Amino acid sequence: MCADHTPQPMTSRRRAIEVFLGGGLLASLASFLYPVLRFLVPPAVIDLGGDEVVAAKVAEMKPNTGKIFRFGSRPGLLILNNDGTYRALSATCTHLGCTVQYRPDLREIWCACHNGIYDLNGRNVSGPPPRPLTVFDVHLRGDEIVVNRKREA
Amino acid sequence: MISALIHWLDERLNLEGILAPFKHKTVPTHRLSYWYFFGGITLFLFIIQVLTGILLLLYYRPGANEAFESVQYIVTRVQFGWLIRSVHAWSANLMIFTAFVHMFSVLFLKAYRKPRELTWVTGVILLVLVMGFGFSGYLLPWNTLAFFATKVGTEIAGQVPIIGKPMMIFLRGGEEVTGATLSRFFGFHVAVLPGLVTVLIAIHLFLVQRQGISVPPKLDVQWTANPSARREMKFFPNFMLREMMAWYVAMGVLGALAAIFPWNLGVKADPFVSAPAGIKPEWYFLFMFQTLKVIPSKVWFVDGEVLGVLGCSLAGLLWLLLPFFESDHPARTKGWITGLAIFALAYVIGMSVYGYLAN
Amino acid sequence: MATLQIKRRPFVPARPVWLAGLILLGASLSYGQAVNSCLDCHSAQPGRLEVTPEKFSQDIHAQKGLTCTSCHGGDSSSYDPDQAMSRKAGWKGKIDRKQIPQLCGSCHSNPAFIRQYNPSLRTDQLDQYHTSVHGKRLAGGDTKVAVCTDCHSVHDLRPPSDPRSTVNPVNVAKTCSRCHSDAAYMKQYGIPTDQFANYNTSVHHDAMVVRGDLSAPTCTTCHGNHGAAPPGVDKVQNVCSTCHAFQAQMYQKSTHSKAFEDRSLPGCVVCHSNHGIHMPSDAMLGTGPSGVCMRCHAPGDHCDRARVDILNNLTRLDASIKDADQSLRLAESAGMEVSEARLSQDQAKDALTKARVTIHSFQAALVNQDVETGLKIANANLKAGQDAMVERNHRRIGLGICLIAIAMMLVGLWLYIKKLES
Repeated sequence: MCADHTPQPMTSRRRAIEVFLGGGLLASLASFLYPVLRFLVPPAVIDLGGDEVVAAKVAEMKPNTGKIFRFGSRPGLLILNNDGTYRALSATCTHLGCTVQYRPDLREIWCACHNGIYDLNGRNVSGPPPRPLTVFDVHLRGDEIVVNRKREA
Repeated sequence: MISALIHWLDERLNLEGILAPFKHKTVPTHRLSYWYFFGGITLFLFIIQVLTGILLLLYYRPGANEAFESVQYIVTRVQFGWLIRSVHAWSANLMIFTAFVHMFSVLFLKAYRKPRELTWVTGVILLVLVMGFGFSGYLLPWNTLAFFATKVGTEIAGQVPIIGKPMMIFLRGGEEVTGATLSRFFGFHVAVLPGLVTVLIAIHLFLVQRQGISVPPKLDVQWTANPSARREMKFFPNFMLREMMAWYVAMGVLGALAAIFPWNLGVKADPFVSAPAGIKPEWYFLFMFQTLKVIPSKVWFVDGEVLGVLGCSLAGLLWLLLPFFESDHPARTKGWITGLAIFALAYVIGMSVYGYLAN
Repeated sequence: MATLQIKRRPFVPARPVWLAGLILLGASLSYGQAVNSCLDCHSAQPGRLEVTPEKFSQDIHAQKGLTCTSCHGGDSSSYDPDQAMSRKAGWKGKIDRKQIPQLCGSCHSNPAFIRQYNPSLRTDQLDQYHTSVHGKRLAGGDTKVAVCTDCHSVHDLRPPSDPRSTVNPVNVAKTCSRCHSDAAYMKQYGIPTDQFANYNTSVHHDAMVVRGDLSAPTCTTCHGNHGAAPPGVDKVQNVCSTCHAFQAQMYQKSTHSKAFEDRSLPGCVVCHSNHGIHMPSDAMLGTGPSGVCMRCHAPGDHCDRARVDILNNLTRLDASIKDADQSLRLAESAGMEVSEARLSQDQAKDALTKARVTIHSFQAALVNQDVETGLKIANANLKAGQDAMVERNHRRIGLGICLIAIAMMLVGLWLYIKKLES
């Protein structure tokens, strides 16, 4: 069977197999392993999960000011009071969903859409809002202000 | 270098002794040999599931407050997280599909007959466990669709008389579907089911190795009469190389599906929102779900749903014991089991399509 | 002078005992209350004289222990009409319309008295009523105007918090419309009767009745209830500003405020109408049928140019937001994850809303500031959507490379198999 074949065609046939097999194996394994290895490296942004978020750094909050931060898929409002205490609440107005803001002059939370007013405990005290704002827990961790949802009772 | 390594191991473990039977293993070749690949592909997809599952475990957090967000994190922030997650989801569906194909091909090729009854039994149990994998895994991203599908599914399980309610409470970890259900399903999905399935696969494969690959009856008769007509190939390396090709093709299909049709996140589950209209279970449960829906609410004096659940359970049990119904005279039973197989296939496909199209 | 008498006469056993027993039985069957001959007879009366126990049991006064005699006088223990409805027993009969406010006020304006039932109930209704158009006209002898019972109903009077009450916020407009939409009834007063019809097309009606937002305004919100009167042309924006504070603030500081006041034009109503207030649209700044600016301003003048400027800016932002939405939708349908950009779109929409509020300052520069803020956000989201599509293409390329590698491997395996088996 080999008598008719000169070494030349056999080698090129072999080479073809080697190239395809070896190259294919290497390439396919690389294309499988590359994503897996990249996957194993933790990303820079450590998400603390939907339950907790770093709302701000201690340094960036001035007394009697509020800051809107992202909490999960909705905005939240972080307030630093004059007496040094923090307050964090949901910033979605319970009337028609506008984003509320902190009013330093009123020391209350105000919704610009229809003049709804909430006190610092989130209670709806004036205007159209039918329900209070959800209040979150705030605590400090080093130089970070961490907000998380209140634990279910 | 590889041969040096093998030699080193052989000196210590007597590899020759272990591998010898495999060197002699053969696979029959005939017109319908291609169906033999499906068992292996199912195994391959299971291995993919284990690997991608372990990778996902590195980032997934079970718990009603964190599950959805952790999957969102994987899909948006982790490098190639979208790929691993989509591969896991697609491979799950493909695996159940190939398991069904494998089962029906075994049925039509009559590979369940004596002496391979136990292989069939372990296989059917594996199918049920794999569908359990699908059911438990589906809940883990904690989105609205999954939440309500689980609610409906466990509700149906609760319909079984007497043991139904305790079974439902066991599955749900309580009366309702809550974070407790998620924890439980997570435990089933990553610990209980993998353990059970691994043991059963080991038994299943051992049986296949021990008993060899079956040959369709007509061919078997021919080849017994005329041994020189027997066509077969060596498992090592011929069939294995072909199997590798099949596995590579499966890998390609899987990658393409994951990249072109990524699995979406859905909306985070909210137990207090009412169920969206037209909740359906995943496609592999559709035929059972649709069966329950077409049964009238009251048959005689019996509640329709209870009848449906019991009926399905009975059908499943009979399916499990199918090989034992075939008498020792193959000629007689061939007819009705083939007929039953055709009916079963048509029923599963038909009811699935019906269930998919019905709103 | 109509006064109230609560008579609780002790049961006088002057009748035969069996009749007394029967009456006691009847009394115990009728909601365990004391004998009320008024209801027993009047539940069988035809038409306007009919008051059934079922109807009266819904009345808040009945639930608090008051009965027919509390307002009408008479003797409710007697089944003899001459006795029950005798002037000697203080019976007043049907209360004259002119006397009704005074009658109700005899309790409801008495804080010491009302405190016994509900200490937080207001007691200034009668005083307010006297200042209202209805009250003033009634004092002048017009009995066609509304008195207490016309709005609050009578004999089945429910507290305003009850959704079935005629004065519950969702029902107020309908109650007012009973007179105010009746063209024949209102003919002599020379005021329009289309308010109810207009209100029903309004966004406030939509909020109240369709969305169930009880804080939405109804007739009494702007006109007052007991002291009902139109706010007055120069006070309109005070009323609107209770909720629409921002718009009112800006309007107050704007050129329009003084200009309208000087011409005795009713502020907000000029552009937004009073009863048929529709959802405003950017078309109001246009030159089409909903355009309001050109009703007064001349084409080509300074104000018209400002109008065009404002309209263009708002349209730009609106279009930009829609483009970003489209881009994100495309990315999502391709399976890309863009939830963060989606969330940011809300902020862009908020900026657009704010810009539209700033229109009331009538200064294009201020509006433009808000528009620019929104544009920045919307453009960033558009880019996010486009980046997602680029990433999608990268994925496809990655897939392609992987598939080529797989194909190579398949060819290699095939060749190897062929070689082995040749």
